[in-house]
Amino acid sequence: MSDYSRDEMMTVAAARMLWDGCVCFVGIGLPSAACNLARLTHAPGLVLIYESGTIGTRPTVLPLSIGDGELAETAACVVPLPDIFSDYLQAGRVDVGFLGAAQIDRLGNLNSTVIGPYAKPKTRLPGAGGATEIAAHAKQVFIVMKASPRSFVAALDFQTSGGHFEGRGKSGARGGGPTVVVTDVGILKPQPGGELALVAVYPGIPVEGARAAIGWKLAVGPRLETIDAPTMHELATLRALEARTIAAHREPVRLPI
Amino acid sequence: MTEFLPLSEAIAKHVPDGASVALEGFTHLIPFAAGHELIRQGRQQLHLIRMTPDLIYDQLIGMGAARRLTFSWGGNPGVGSLHRLRDAVEQGWPRPLELDEHSHAGMAAGYRAGAARLPFGTLRGYIGTDLPKHNPNIRSVRCPYTGEELATVPALNPDVTILHAQRADRRGNVAIEGIVGAQREAGLAAKMLIVTVEEIVDELPPAMNGVLLPHFTVGVVSHCPGGAWPSYAQGRYSRDNDFYLRWDDIARDRGHFTEWMERHVRGTSDHRGFLESLRRVAA
Repeated sequence: MSDYSRDEMMTVAAARMLWDGCVCFVGIGLPSAACNLARLTHAPGLVLIYESGTIGTRPTVLPLSIGDGELAETAACVVPLPDIFSDYLQAGRVDVGFLGAAQIDRLGNLNSTVIGPYAKPKTRLPGAGGATEIAAHAKQVFIVMKASPRSFVAALDFQTSGGHFEGRGKSGARGGGPTVVVTDVGILKPQPGGELALVAVYPGIPVEGARAAIGWKLAVGPRLETIDAPTMHELATLRALEARTIAAHREPVRLPI
Repeated sequence: MTEFLPLSEAIAKHVPDGASVALEGFTHLIPFAAGHELIRQGRQQLHLIRMTPDLIYDQLIGMGAARRLTFSWGGNPGVGSLHRLRDAVEQGWPRPLELDEHSHAGMAAGYRAGAARLPFGTLRGYIGTDLPKHNPNIRSVRCPYTGEELATVPALNPDVTILHAQRADRRGNVAIEGIVGAQREAGLAAKMLIVTVEEIVDELPPAMNGVLLPHFTVGVVSHCPGGAWPSYAQGRYSRDNDFYLRWDDIARDRGHFTEWMERHVRGTSDHRGFLESLRRVAA
């Protein structure tokens, strides 16, 4: 396949990391696209949990919000939101939690709260939502973020969710933290000590191209792989999913009067 | 005894200025009609509580009704920023807003504790985050059995919780279907629970495992069809995703926002009038 976007490469690369039967805590946007692509291709038994309380959901279109009716209608069950966080996530029943953020540092700590000081922010972002406890308790965390020096930073303005921060082992976090960061310029993984290093690149994007998009001096791992380009089947499935989604969201809703 | 009141009377009677108010509903069944009625009646100095402020609190904050916000995720779901919330936090417009900021798990624990009338909720949470440095309400306790340090949050006991549901019966039992969020906990945590409903029926079928708030927990039921729009009521009408996208433009500019609110909310007498004013625009 020659003609695909960087976003498509990134989504496909993230989807390939999920395995059949994996219990996956999903967020909206790219993670939701990657998880549903995996479910529609190599991992039909993937169990998707959205924080709104839907477990084992199989949406035919991607939701715009975390609580679209589509998610409830296609779920194996719908439970109260406090149960999701307490009895599923905190209890250690989630294999993979997907996260993105406005900023990430070299240890995989994330900021989705503020740019600038907390009390007088330059930009107020939405905040933690489920992220803090997903980062703590999912067995593994997959981070998906487009790379730029503004978002891959030497120091966070605020730490919303913990990666491989000092003291994680004794912090009460049940999960192991981030195991991979999928970007649009390549794939990073934590090395011993927790620092993220480049471990894989995509076709056509050289190591220097990836390094230029990261705001700290990015180390390169001991073995550098090249990820296969998306297959025809992966691209066709992803594009059909996105086309269905756009059509569904364009459908006008009648006012309830 | 559950009272049956028109929404305007329910708000006038039970929600004074300065009250702590939780309008819950996680994406689904957000009580927009009740939020608009708070704006029409000019409530001030409210302490707003909600996991996801959503458009409804963007509107209340932008109209200057709030002094404090307890929340855990303040964005327009799937779209981006809540511009009125941002403007209040970043610029203090139209007035400064105190933040009591949590994670979803923390707020859920606060509601659960509130519903059980316990003084605080506990969780293995707020790990690896700066939130406790900025919110003195997030503290910790040592487990008396294992010695483990656990995070705590104060119980959330709103003066008034307002929910929207599909149905109530004539005794005041309330049935909710679909995504329930933390509605049950927020409802039971409140000193006064007001529920707006799509429909009032003579009798509800046995709820079995569906969510039912029994009549002795429900203070007021108000009949308010369409009361969750632009969010949705499972089985009745869908989430108006297109409106959530359009809100980004409406709310971005102070003047445009105020004009929209004056025209469609303050310029109409009730929720039906609000929806009709939007239908006229669309026609």
